[in-house]
Amino acid sequence: MLRINQLSKSYGTHVALNRLDLEVPVGVIFGILGPNGAGKTTLIRIINQIIEQDSGTVALEGKPLSAETIQKIGYLPEERGLYKKMSVADQLIYFSRIKGLDAQESKRRVSYWLEKMDISSWKSKKIEDLSKGMAQKVQFIATVIHGPSLLILDEPFSGFDPVNAELVKNEILDLKAQGTTILLSTHRMESVELLCDQVAMIHKSKKILDGTINEIKSQFRSDRAQVVLNKVSKELPAFWTVEESKQGQLRLSIPMGGQSPNQLLTELMHFGEVLSFQEQVPSMEQLFIQQVKANSNE
Amino acid sequence: MNKVFLVIQREYLARVKKKSFLIATLLTPLIFPAIMGVFVWIAVEEMENQELRVIEVVDETGLFFLESSEQYAFSSSAKSVEEAKIWVKEGKRYGVLYLPPLDLKDPKGIQFYGLENPSLSLIGYLESALKRKIENQRLFNEGIDPEILQEIKTEVSIQSLTLQDSGEEVLTDAGVNYGLGFLSGILIYLFIFLYGNQIMQGVIEEKSSRIVEILVSSLKPFQLMMGKIVGIGAVGLTQFLIWVILISVLSSLVLGVLGIQMPQQQALEMTSPEAMAMAQNQGDLGAMLQVIHGIDFVSLLVSFILYFLGGYLLYGALFAAVGAAVDSPSDAQQFMFPITIPLIVAYLGLFVFVLQDPNSTTSFWLSIFPFTSPIAMMGRISYGVPFWELALSLGLLVAGFLLTTQLAAKIYRIGILSHGTKPSYKLLWKWIRSK
Repeated sequence: MLRINQLSKSYGTHVALNRLDLEVPVGVIFGILGPNGAGKTTLIRIINQIIEQDSGTVALEGKPLSAETIQKIGYLPEERGLYKKMSVADQLIYFSRIKGLDAQESKRRVSYWLEKMDISSWKSKKIEDLSKGMAQKVQFIATVIHGPSLLILDEPFSGFDPVNAELVKNEILDLKAQGTTILLSTHRMESVELLCDQVAMIHKSKKILDGTINEIKSQFRSDRAQVVLNKVSKELPAFWTVEESKQGQLRLSIPMGGQSPNQLLTELMHFGEVLSFQEQVPSMEQLFIQQVKANSNE
Repeated sequence: MNKVFLVIQREYLARVKKKSFLIATLLTPLIFPAIMGVFVWIAVEEMENQELRVIEVVDETGLFFLESSEQYAFSSSAKSVEEAKIWVKEGKRYGVLYLPPLDLKDPKGIQFYGLENPSLSLIGYLESALKRKIENQRLFNEGIDPEILQEIKTEVSIQSLTLQDSGEEVLTDAGVNYGLGFLSGILIYLFIFLYGNQIMQGVIEEKSSRIVEILVSSLKPFQLMMGKIVGIGAVGLTQFLIWVILISVLSSLVLGVLGIQMPQQQALEMTSPEAMAMAQNQGDLGAMLQVIHGIDFVSLLVSFILYFLGGYLLYGALFAAVGAAVDSPSDAQQFMFPITIPLIVAYLGLFVFVLQDPNSTTSFWLSIFPFTSPIAMMGRISYGVPFWELALSLGLLVAGFLLTTQLAAKIYRIGILSHGTKPSYKLLWKWIRSK
C-alpha cells in the first residue's frame, strides 16, 4: 500500500527523519510508535504532501505521491479543528469537495455519514453550538467522508472522550474490514496492542523496530516463565527467583534455559502444585520504554 | 484551479451570509452623513445656547467702537482698567479689552484680561475687528473714503478648460477634481485596511483553530492563501457595488422628491458633502453640472477598480503573511508596522502633495511606486493623467503584487504550521529564503 524508501528530512541543523524505510501492507492497521519529537509528525506530513522530503521516496499503491494521491488519503491531524461559524453539513461538504469529490456525491455522503453516526439532526447546526464530543464526531466524519483507501490518524484518541474514543475505535475496525489501510501514530501503548497488526518504532529520527506485534514480542521474549507454586515440598534450585511469597504460595521467575514450556511444567510438578504458568512476554509498553532507553544511551 | 475556486466560494459565502455584512453594507453609507449631521446639529445648538458674553472695552484712544455680535456684547462704562478688572472678578463682565494710546502705524500693547483663557475664536474676532477699524481709520487719515474702497471691490473667478486630443475643450474645476481624488483615495485606503485585516483575521482563525493542517493536506498552501485573498476581495467589491447602487438609487429618489431631474452620475456626485458644499460655494449650479459632465466617470470607475484590486492584492498578500506568522491578533502588531507605514505615507502624500499639485515630481513618484500608487494615483486621476504614466504605474503595481504574493506565500507556507514560536523578522527572512 505504502512504501517509504530512505526518507530524510531536516529542519536546519535538526534532523527529523534519517533514511527511514517503511512498508505498510494493504488492509492492516499499522502503528507508528515513538516518543514526542521522534519524527512521527514529520513522516505523516510528508505522506500528506504538506511538507517536502529532502531525499528518499514515498509511493502509494506503487505510484509516487502526486495531486491524485490526495483524494486517496484521509488525514486526522493531532491538532485539529473545524470552522466554528459553519454548519455541520456545509463544513463536511466543503472538506469532501476540496478532496476532489463533486457537489452531488459530497452531499450524498454527508447524509450517509450523518445517519450512520446518528447525528442527522445536527445537520444545520453551527460547530460553535455543538458540544466538544459532538464536534469530535463531525471531525472524524470529515476525515473519512471521501472514502480514502489510506487513513492516517495522528494520536486519534487524544482529545476524544471515552465514549467517542470507543466509537472511533469501532469505526476504525469497520473501515479496516472494508479494506481500508490505517496508519496510526500514537504513544498510547494500550491502543496499539488492541488495534494494530503491525508496528514500527521511531526514535530520534530513525526506525529502531519494525514488524507484526507477534514477531516483535517473540523477538523480545525474555525466555523466562512466571510460575505460581503451591505447597512446595522440595528445596528449589537457586537460580529460580522468588518474587513473592504469600500464604504458602510462591511466585517464581524461572529461566527456561532452552526447555519447552511442557518440559518445564513436568519438572515443576515435582516441586509442588502448579497454580499458574505463563511465559514472560513483555507488553508493548515495556518494550517501548526499554527500546527508547536502550537507544538513548548510544 | 478548481480547488482555489472552492476556497473563494467558501470565503465569500461565509462572509456575505453573515448578518453583520448586511448591516454594515446598509449602514455605512448612512454613517458619514449621519456623523456630519450630528456635528452640525451640535454646533448649531451650541451657538444658540451660548449665553451672551459681555466684554468691557477700556479705550484710551477714543477711536474704537466695536459692534456687538450674537455672542459678544461690548460695553464701555468702566472708568479705568482697574475698575473693569474688578467687574470681571465679580462676574459682571466676561473680560476686559484694554486699548492704550496707540500708534496706528504700529499698534502695540493691546491687552485682554479674563478669568479663563479666551478662545481662539474670540481673540481672532477681536483682532480682525480692530484691524478693520485701524485700517479704515488710516485710510481716512490718508484722505480715502472707506466707502469708495468697499465699492471698488471686485469678484474674479476663472473658468478652467483642458484641451483634449480630440480637439474638445472640457470645462474643469479644481474643486470637483479635488473632491473626487480625495474620495476615491480615501476609499481605497479604507478598503485595503479593512479587508486586509479581514484576511489576517481569517488566516489567524484557521491557524489557531488548527483547521489549517487538514486543509493543507487537501490543497496547496498557495491555493488556500490566494483563495482567501480573492474571496475576501470579492466581498469588498460586492460591498462597493451595493453602495454605488444604493447611493445612486437613494439620491435619485431624494432628488426626485425635490423635483430636480438629474442624471444618475451627477446625483451620485451630489451626495458627497464636499461636492455639495462646492456647488453651493460656486453658486452656479449650471456650471457645476457642466464640469461634472466633463468628467469621464467610466474611466474613473475602471481605474478605481483596477487600483483597488491591485492595491488590495499587493497588501492582502502581506496581511496574509502576517496572519500566518503569528498565533493571535495581539502578536500581529509588531509585523503590522512595515505594512502600515507605506499606506500612511500614501495617505498623507495624498493630502500634502497629490491633491495640492497633482503634477509635481513627488506626486508623480508617489503615483508610480506600487506601495503608494493605489492611493496616490486616485488623487491624480480626475485631473487627467497621461496614458504612459498610468500604464507604468499599473504595470509596476502588478509586478509589485506578484512579488509580495511570492514572499507572502513562503512565509505563509511555513508559518501556518508553526505554533508556539514567537517569530522575529530574522526568522521570517529565514522562511523566505528556505526552499
